[in-house]
Amino acid sequence: MNQVETGIPKPLPVLEGLAGEFYGYCKNGELRFQRCRDCRSWRHVPREMCAECGSWEWEWERSSGRGRVFTWTVVARALHPAFQEACPYAPVVIEMEEGVRILSQVTDCSPDELEIDMAVEVVFEDANEDVTLPKFRRGTS
Amino acid sequence: MDEACIVGIGETAYVRKPGSGLSALGIQLQAAVRAIEDAGLEGSQIDGIMPFPNLGHAESFAANLGCENLRFQSIVWMGGAAPVASLRVAGAAVQQGLADYVLIPAGWNGYSGSRARQTVAEDVSSLPGGAIARDFYLPFGFTAPPQWYSVMARRHMHEFGTRPEQLGCIAVAMRKHAQRNPNAVMKGRAMTLEDYMASPMLADPYRLFDCCLETDGAAAVVVTTPERARDLGKEPVFIMGAASGQPRPADEITNRKDIFQTGLSLAAPEAFGRAGVSPGDVDFAQIYDCFTFEVLQQLEEAGFCKRGEGGAFVEGGRIELGGELPVNTHGGLLSEAHVLGMNHIVEAVRQLRGDAGERQVADAEIGVVTGWGDFGDGSIAILRRA
Repeated sequence: MNQVETGIPKPLPVLEGLAGEFYGYCKNGELRFQRCRDCRSWRHVPREMCAECGSWEWEWERSSGRGRVFTWTVVARALHPAFQEACPYAPVVIEMEEGVRILSQVTDCSPDELEIDMAVEVVFEDANEDVTLPKFRRGTS
Repeated sequence: MDEACIVGIGETAYVRKPGSGLSALGIQLQAAVRAIEDAGLEGSQIDGIMPFPNLGHAESFAANLGCENLRFQSIVWMGGAAPVASLRVAGAAVQQGLADYVLIPAGWNGYSGSRARQTVAEDVSSLPGGAIARDFYLPFGFTAPPQWYSVMARRHMHEFGTRPEQLGCIAVAMRKHAQRNPNAVMKGRAMTLEDYMASPMLADPYRLFDCCLETDGAAAVVVTTPERARDLGKEPVFIMGAASGQPRPADEITNRKDIFQTGLSLAAPEAFGRAGVSPGDVDFAQIYDCFTFEVLQQLEEAGFCKRGEGGAFVEGGRIELGGELPVNTHGGLLSEAHVLGMNHIVEAVRQLRGDAGERQVADAEIGVVTGWGDFGDGSIAILRRA
């Protein structure tokens, strides 16, 4: 629990609608993405309908939790006061085995150890008693 | 085929300390009045106004300017792509008779008021796609535009071998140009590539000198038809072709199949097609330079060079005054001022009027101006002199 570092709380998702459902699964220790029932394509972030085929039919399907580092940045100077003490830290874009990409962090790796295509797997980190964030650690490739 | 023309330009002083001393509306009105005067018009004659998203209402401008009949107003919700996209909408509006004279203002106290860097963090949900950023970016510390865009820069470096020194060439070129611009905030403050490389990291690979300024300033233009421009007795600058576009998806930056696609990737071919010219015909380009890599990326996506070749393209002075394609002859957002790209339009008009003084591009006939906003929205206008 490191929600408060500077006295300013870190921003958290609003647990409503599809985003609320996504984070609800995270709270249960499951990373799930929407998957179209018709064309079977995966999607993230959550959407009302399938942009590939137009279908409204979808389900929350469990991800393998495995992915690879696609790109990242290293924040050396925070542009949000809540992240000042966390610097330097790296927001990382991870490409999941399912093909969708998710923005997160790799928790067991310093920013200068990151590499493109590095294998990672999901872990869950409680931000507070209501919100659990999906983060990543080094995985086996 | 000319779509419409720009008949008036106006700018305020561009400053940091101690600030403009004007209100958020007042500074934009000062630029607007100058643009209207430059066009040879009265405020009462302005009958169309296109404010910048979140920076004012057409009604407030009209009430101050004494507009007699505000019959057209519209806001293009494309962030920094809005001013150039508004040229296209304003052009269509005057051609269709929705208005005779459309004022497009933009400006802010980005230094003395709420800092430019704070505007997104304060209320990210006000952006198109802002709820996505709120729920899926901000909780992970991915909170602001330089961070959002820098992940594309890193991927470009990985795929094409683009180097930090090449981003530095862009920053240095803008700074050189600012030395020839008395209204540039960075006039008198030269920068070398060594200075650039020594500047502190902000969002790696973005250093401080990859990032646009925070300044107080406003600029404005007036758009009308070629027929009305003739009656005003001033040489207009013609909008040969303009277009705007959105990447897919427009509201989320990490899940594009083509991570380098921007709105400009689609808008540029449309605009060049409408104008009937190609990138090789262009004498200068004012490219929205929120950050250095976005200049490189837009040069590629607009077709000035192939994708992956932007790094080599910006080297060797090619984008400097005297080079093959001078870029941001005023110094841009990086070294003149952050006036939301409206200063790029004003500078393009000034160049095509031959009024750019010691930074004039010799015999400039055709110029390009682009906009970039939000999560990669794009806009482009191809302008020509009378």
